[in-house]
Amino acid sequence: MTDNSLDVRAVNFAGVASRLRRLDASMLLWLALIAVLVFLILNPVLRLIVSSLQETDTGHFTLANYRSAYGSLRHLESLAHSLELGVGVAILATCFGVPIAWAISRTDMPCKAFVRLMVFAAFVTPPYLGAIGWILLAGPNSGWLNKVWMALTGASHGIFNIYSMTGLILVVAVTSFPYTFVFTSSALDLVSSEMEDAANILGARTLRTTLRITLPLVTPAIIGGIIISFLEAIALFGAPALIALPARFNVVSTQLWQFFEYPVRVEEAAAYAMPLLAITVLMFWVQRRILGRRGYTSVTGKGSERRMIALGPWRWAMLAYALMVCALSVFLPMLVLIQAAFAKAWGRGFSLDNLTLHNFYYLLFEQTQAKQTIINTFLYAAITAFAAISLTLAIAYVVNRKLVPFSNVLAFLCMAPFVVPGIVLAIGFYAAYASPPLALYGTATILILGFTTRFLPIAYTSSAAGLRSINPEMEEAVRVLGGSRLLAIRKVLIPLLKKSLAGAWILVFIPATRELSSAIFLVGPNTRVISVMLYDLSEEGNFEVLAALGVILLVVTVVIAAIGSKVIGRDFMLRRNS
Amino acid sequence: MSRLKLTGVSKRYGDFLAVDGIDLELQSGEFVSLLGPSGCGKTTTLRMIAGFVDPTLGAIEMDGQILSSPSGSVPPDRRQMSMIFQSYAIWPNMTVEQNVAFGLELRKIARAEVKRRVGEMLEVVHMNHLADRYPAELSGGQQQRVALARAIVIRPSVLLLDEPLSNLDATLREEMRFEIRRLHDEFHVTTVYVTHDQAEAMVTSDRIAVMNHGRIEQVDVPRALYDRPKTRFVAGFIGRTNFIEGSSDGHQIAFDGFALPQSSFERDVAAGSKAVFSVRPHSMRLSETPPAERNGAVGVVVVERAFLGEHWDYVVRPRDGAQTLRVTTSPMQDFPIGATAWLEFEPRQMALIA
Repeated sequence: MTDNSLDVRAVNFAGVASRLRRLDASMLLWLALIAVLVFLILNPVLRLIVSSLQETDTGHFTLANYRSAYGSLRHLESLAHSLELGVGVAILATCFGVPIAWAISRTDMPCKAFVRLMVFAAFVTPPYLGAIGWILLAGPNSGWLNKVWMALTGASHGIFNIYSMTGLILVVAVTSFPYTFVFTSSALDLVSSEMEDAANILGARTLRTTLRITLPLVTPAIIGGIIISFLEAIALFGAPALIALPARFNVVSTQLWQFFEYPVRVEEAAAYAMPLLAITVLMFWVQRRILGRRGYTSVTGKGSERRMIALGPWRWAMLAYALMVCALSVFLPMLVLIQAAFAKAWGRGFSLDNLTLHNFYYLLFEQTQAKQTIINTFLYAAITAFAAISLTLAIAYVVNRKLVPFSNVLAFLCMAPFVVPGIVLAIGFYAAYASPPLALYGTATILILGFTTRFLPIAYTSSAAGLRSINPEMEEAVRVLGGSRLLAIRKVLIPLLKKSLAGAWILVFIPATRELSSAIFLVGPNTRVISVMLYDLSEEGNFEVLAALGVILLVVTVVIAAIGSKVIGRDFMLRRNS
Repeated sequence: MSRLKLTGVSKRYGDFLAVDGIDLELQSGEFVSLLGPSGCGKTTTLRMIAGFVDPTLGAIEMDGQILSSPSGSVPPDRRQMSMIFQSYAIWPNMTVEQNVAFGLELRKIARAEVKRRVGEMLEVVHMNHLADRYPAELSGGQQQRVALARAIVIRPSVLLLDEPLSNLDATLREEMRFEIRRLHDEFHVTTVYVTHDQAEAMVTSDRIAVMNHGRIEQVDVPRALYDRPKTRFVAGFIGRTNFIEGSSDGHQIAFDGFALPQSSFERDVAAGSKAVFSVRPHSMRLSETPPAERNGAVGVVVVERAFLGEHWDYVVRPRDGAQTLRVTTSPMQDFPIGATAWLEFEPRQMALIA
């Protein structure tokens, strides 16, 4: 008897010890992950807030930064301009995106695949390239559209001026309407035809059904799209810098940039960035509230066979509208951009003697800095994508399998950069890591860290979605046959996840190659990337070389995206997975 | 005059003939089920009646007026019908009350009247206390009731139901069968009900049309379908059965291992010809001792057995034959495997399959 109870105690003790050991290991893992996330996200944001309340030299508490940031009428005007830009873009992007989404998802409009492809093209075009295209198209007098107008009417002045708030709104809207498109069409794809059939059989025709049933069903998604395009617009740096500055007005992002001109006033910039942060956080909260209400799309059962609405002759009108949007966002700007890239002087037009490859030759062989810049861009983007995916995959695994307590904190932190505009994040990084002790200013490290943080949410949603699609029983089958967890991950999980990880890599890589708004605050002389160089070139007015550089960026992007669609499935980037 | 009439209705998708020449007539106020396995064309038929799908051949008439024909169709929104979908298609952006009111509002009925009729209808389906709820806040059964209310409140000329219970769990499904029948008895709406579940069809329907490969195999009242299936498919689809083949010599019909006198059958089988019969497992009797009347009793061996609580399931083989038969007995009749027993046939319950 005694022996027996001793045994039991021994067993109990061993159990406790092993549990302690397990808890220990998982705590360590948790602490490590938390530390990384705090370093990447929490610390920069907190430093941003703290330094907005600090005196520049002494570090004492002060409100002076806020006073000087909001004390001037010019600064307040910039805020108003940003709001105007955001609202304008949101409205225009909705007018572009929603009808096209409806036409593609619910009707028999012809050429759907082509229109989808063009929306995708608009999606991968960096806004600043679109802006440059539009400067070539609608620059006062010299722009192509103005020249055509003058040739047609004999007028001495053109009628389009891209250097205006209207121009800026147009330029940003044509590059951000894919957001409203993606939101709306993915919601429409979930609406079963039976929802519409039910209204039909009760006596409602197509128009009434669309207005009373279909569109209300996707209203939360449309609002989501509106919010995203609004937030994109106010956080954007490139396009406003290219268009608003020559037009002699500022928006918040360009104003923030000016705080970084000598003498650099980080604390004031931090104070001035607060509304951007606050609005973004607020808007995402609003969006969550709206999307969470009534469980809109949750009510679908089996048998959601989907049929397209026959538009009759109207389908051609719909196609014409879609093509017009494509023309504004892709055909026209890309046409003039490509022309400029291969031209000696873009203003001399489409003649053969104006054709040259010199712009590319210059970039790739003559100008050493440009070569370095191109290499930097793709190298940083590739490292960023690897870093972001390794980190988020580890976190998604830990969260999904509930390996550690409070794993949701990890998930939350991963998604947090979503509500921090790139430009604000960059200022936070600058405030936290540019100066000693880390003194990362001008290093590749700070850029890669900044990019990694910026694209963490994209990486996390992809990793988590990939993991969710894999039944844990796949791994448990390995464990039960005697394999360790690591073996299960190596032999089963990673091979199964290969495709979605490749997709996630591309989803991070592409935006990282074109990222401007955070890069511009973090680059040093030796770490320039294409987006920053494009911006610098535009200040010099060297549009031919600039266009050539833009074409290089686009070609690489398109090739990578094409490989992605081939490997992972058509239009994998246009899926909404957040 | 019949309310709804389908004449030679066919639907072809490319090379696939989904519906193959269906003739069906419904009287006013009649409840008819289309019953069949998936892919038999029942849902396509229903959608043709609704007007969502145009027939390739044939015509659908209501009260003598043509609704659908290959040359043109009345669109669904002008047929004055109602439909209940597999997914219920309750609009999640509207409350229960708004959902039910939708059809009435389209008919330009005064607001007060709409409210009154919606209230009455919700009361009938026991949902009036949930009128202000959104569908996402309702259970599956409650959503089903909303779908029923929304469809019936407009007093449709025909009510169409497309596998309405397939998304519910078993107990609820049983409850809703009776609910659907109760609503039919209350409103007498001419109804077409599509299902693959024979019990559902038998509880709800006045008549059942059994469909297979795009055709109607048999239309009959539930009892007749079960007792007198006309085709092998119907016999096999509704309930369990044994198929046995026999050949007649004019006096008796010889089966595998036994024979039964011709005179005891309801229908004659011509001498020298073969015939297939459907024999339900519980239409035979299994006993330990030979029954007094030896006519129609066959010595058998128990091959397999399973105890199912409410009854025993035996597989037996005639001592002189090879073909096995399924027999159901009361739980009290316990025969071990390998035991010999007597199997008694009731020839009048053996249906002659064409």
